[in-house]
Amino acid sequence: MKVRWILFALAAPALWSQISFDRVLNANKEPQNWLTYSGTPLSQRHSLLTQITPVNVKNLELQWVFQSQSLEKFEATPLVVDGVLYTVQAPNDVVAMDAETGRVFWVSPYQPSPDARTCCGRVNRGLAILGDTLFMGTIDGHLVALDAKTGHQIWNATVAKAEAGYSIMHAPLVVKDKVIVGTAGGEYGIRGFLAAYDAKTGQEAWRFYTIPGPGEPGHETWAGDSWMHGGASVWVTGSYDPQLNLTYWGIGNPGPDWNSDDREGANLYSDCVVALDADSGKLKWYFQFSPHDDFDYDSVQVPVLADMEWHGKLRRVMLWANRNGFYYVLDRTTGEFLMGKPFAKITWTTGLDDSGRPVRVAAANPTREGTLVYPGVQGATNWFSPSYSPHTGLFYINTWENYSSVFNKLPGDYVEGRRFTGGTPRSPVPSLRGTQVINRTEEEGYGVVRAFDPKTGTRKWEFKMADVTGSGILTTASDLLFTGGREGYFWALDARTGAELWRASTGGPVDSGPMTYSVNGRQYVAVSAGNSLFTFALRQ
Amino acid sequence: MKRPILLLLATATGLPAQHSFTPADIENGGRLFRANCAVCHGAQGDQVPGIDLGHGKFRRAKTDDDIAAIIRTGIPGTAMPPTNFTDFAALTIVAYLRSMASAVTTTTSGGDPARGKAVYDRNACATCHRIRGVGARSGPDLSDIGIYRLAGELERSITEPDAEILPQNRHFRGVTKEGATITGTLLNEDKYSIQILDSKDRLMSVKRANLRESAFITDKSSMPSYKDKLSHQELSDLVSYLGSLKGAEVK
Repeated sequence: MKVRWILFALAAPALWSQISFDRVLNANKEPQNWLTYSGTPLSQRHSLLTQITPVNVKNLELQWVFQSQSLEKFEATPLVVDGVLYTVQAPNDVVAMDAETGRVFWVSPYQPSPDARTCCGRVNRGLAILGDTLFMGTIDGHLVALDAKTGHQIWNATVAKAEAGYSIMHAPLVVKDKVIVGTAGGEYGIRGFLAAYDAKTGQEAWRFYTIPGPGEPGHETWAGDSWMHGGASVWVTGSYDPQLNLTYWGIGNPGPDWNSDDREGANLYSDCVVALDADSGKLKWYFQFSPHDDFDYDSVQVPVLADMEWHGKLRRVMLWANRNGFYYVLDRTTGEFLMGKPFAKITWTTGLDDSGRPVRVAAANPTREGTLVYPGVQGATNWFSPSYSPHTGLFYINTWENYSSVFNKLPGDYVEGRRFTGGTPRSPVPSLRGTQVINRTEEEGYGVVRAFDPKTGTRKWEFKMADVTGSGILTTASDLLFTGGREGYFWALDARTGAELWRASTGGPVDSGPMTYSVNGRQYVAVSAGNSLFTFALRQ
Repeated sequence: MKRPILLLLATATGLPAQHSFTPADIENGGRLFRANCAVCHGAQGDQVPGIDLGHGKFRRAKTDDDIAAIIRTGIPGTAMPPTNFTDFAALTIVAYLRSMASAVTTTTSGGDPARGKAVYDRNACATCHRIRGVGARSGPDLSDIGIYRLAGELERSITEPDAEILPQNRHFRGVTKEGATITGTLLNEDKYSIQILDSKDRLMSVKRANLRESAFITDKSSMPSYKDKLSHQELSDLVSYLGSLKGAEVK
């Protein structure tokens, strides 16, 4: 026994063992690890680690930095498995390192096809793991399986054609023996889909098109041939409810984004959440947040699953702060709309009807000259993860407030591999973007962390930034909230009050979701910012 | 004596060589080539249509310096990316390319990959090696060895495993202050720690301060020689099988 103990003390990851799906499902039982993109398949981005508290968080200090050899945005959330940290150096190099020191074990380089097309950066948001295999989607439309011990490829499946604008940005989701991914490319006239692959062989197990084909229900919501190039992409990781065996995914905007003349109809399943049977990929239900979208309001938010008392009885709900500016609560068994309320300034609609459908303001629709609309093209929130803390009972959203765009529509035909957007939204006020000094001035809109009572949508507190934010939110059971912004600050806030307790200046925008883990009894908080991964722990 | 002759031969093929390099430089260039170039260009340098790097067939370059410049800056609008190699490092790759035509010779030919797979199984190669997730990790993963190694090199690794041990395949052995032995493949090291994949397939970071002794085993491979264990036909088949292993594409 003595030798064993010594080995453990010597070498942090002495107990690396196979990651069964049962471990992923019950990831909260081993909060020292971070086994899936949002922490657990319920996607609350909430950790049960409590070593760092509102009292001692002032003693948080930098432990190590991993500098990526890439100038692309660093959007990945790492995984941590028994002392080994895995992340992705953009676009698609997988890196394994010692989670205590950041010393690299291996780098598995990936050279994407030069045909890869991405709308907004050659980025990747992370990995999935099952057994001792890592899974990554690539910007040239592949899904690869890698040996978690060596980084060697085990299989490499072509999911979709890179030259037609298909790419994969998000961390895959493992459900049982399958790996689920969806395709980005909403600005390139793709026909989006989600597909599941056998984790052992890489063979496709099922595929769900996010735009129904001829003869399928919902096909009639697309005029003419518009369904063929209608976008409805997938670029943020979904969630999974093991009791219902349903996997939930947010679906992107219809295309062309800002010129809807040729796609009359609701354009299902763009801007929806879809609930699919995890074994077959069959659609169980859907809810469309923004029917016939003209504003690029992708519903690619992480579906946050929670069980809470709702009008006197326990209900399985889904919390959703949408890019269109509304906060929604849905019943995740049936898709029933339970409530919806704006969480930021909105002018494209006068509100939601009883079924949750927005009542559109006709004067807001894009014109050739342009119309001023709130929220702007990046939305009131976007892909960055919200958090739900069962401990505080609050739902936390990173918001862009007082933010607008002038939406104009332009004609344009589909050409494979070319952008297919039908317009060029612009800022109504002079912008400093691109100066390399500041991202946005406050008059263009500002970032703000908002805490809501999830049952009523009532705001409990807010924490304002000057610039906007692309950061996700992490909460812990010690009632801390970690988040960042484009100013480069990484903050710890009091999750109950929003008070600032600690900050670090990372020197680069935070465009990723923070996470936390623990090795040998010491808690770490990690966040990707600029081109590097930063790791903090309490001073010893 | 083998190396200087290679060098002379190298200067006699294709374009005249304009720089001089030691055998060690050329070996290093070969390592850089295998690690950075072979994935697209192939071990033989002939995988990109219209280009045969081992036989002086280039699309654009005329001189060694042209090739080195392309290695460094890439070719915009193509799959050829820029690198951060120094001028010298890029030129060692060129020197390796010049030496390829006369590189390690093979005695095998006409092997059958399917029979070679049976040779691989029969000799329990998976006890140490891994192919597409099957087998052990103590030896090099062979999933895409056909991209990185020429037939002659594969043959030599099977019959004379000690002839060349790549730095990434070095083994580490350490003894802790308490007397426990740790062994594994060396992955990384710094002043304070050593990173290994240990003999139980654990990624470990070991603090040097906790080690009583440590050593890298660089002169002897864990791989036994199969020189007298395989017939010439079996060796040909095995080399052919390994040469056919070119990655993990799902068809």
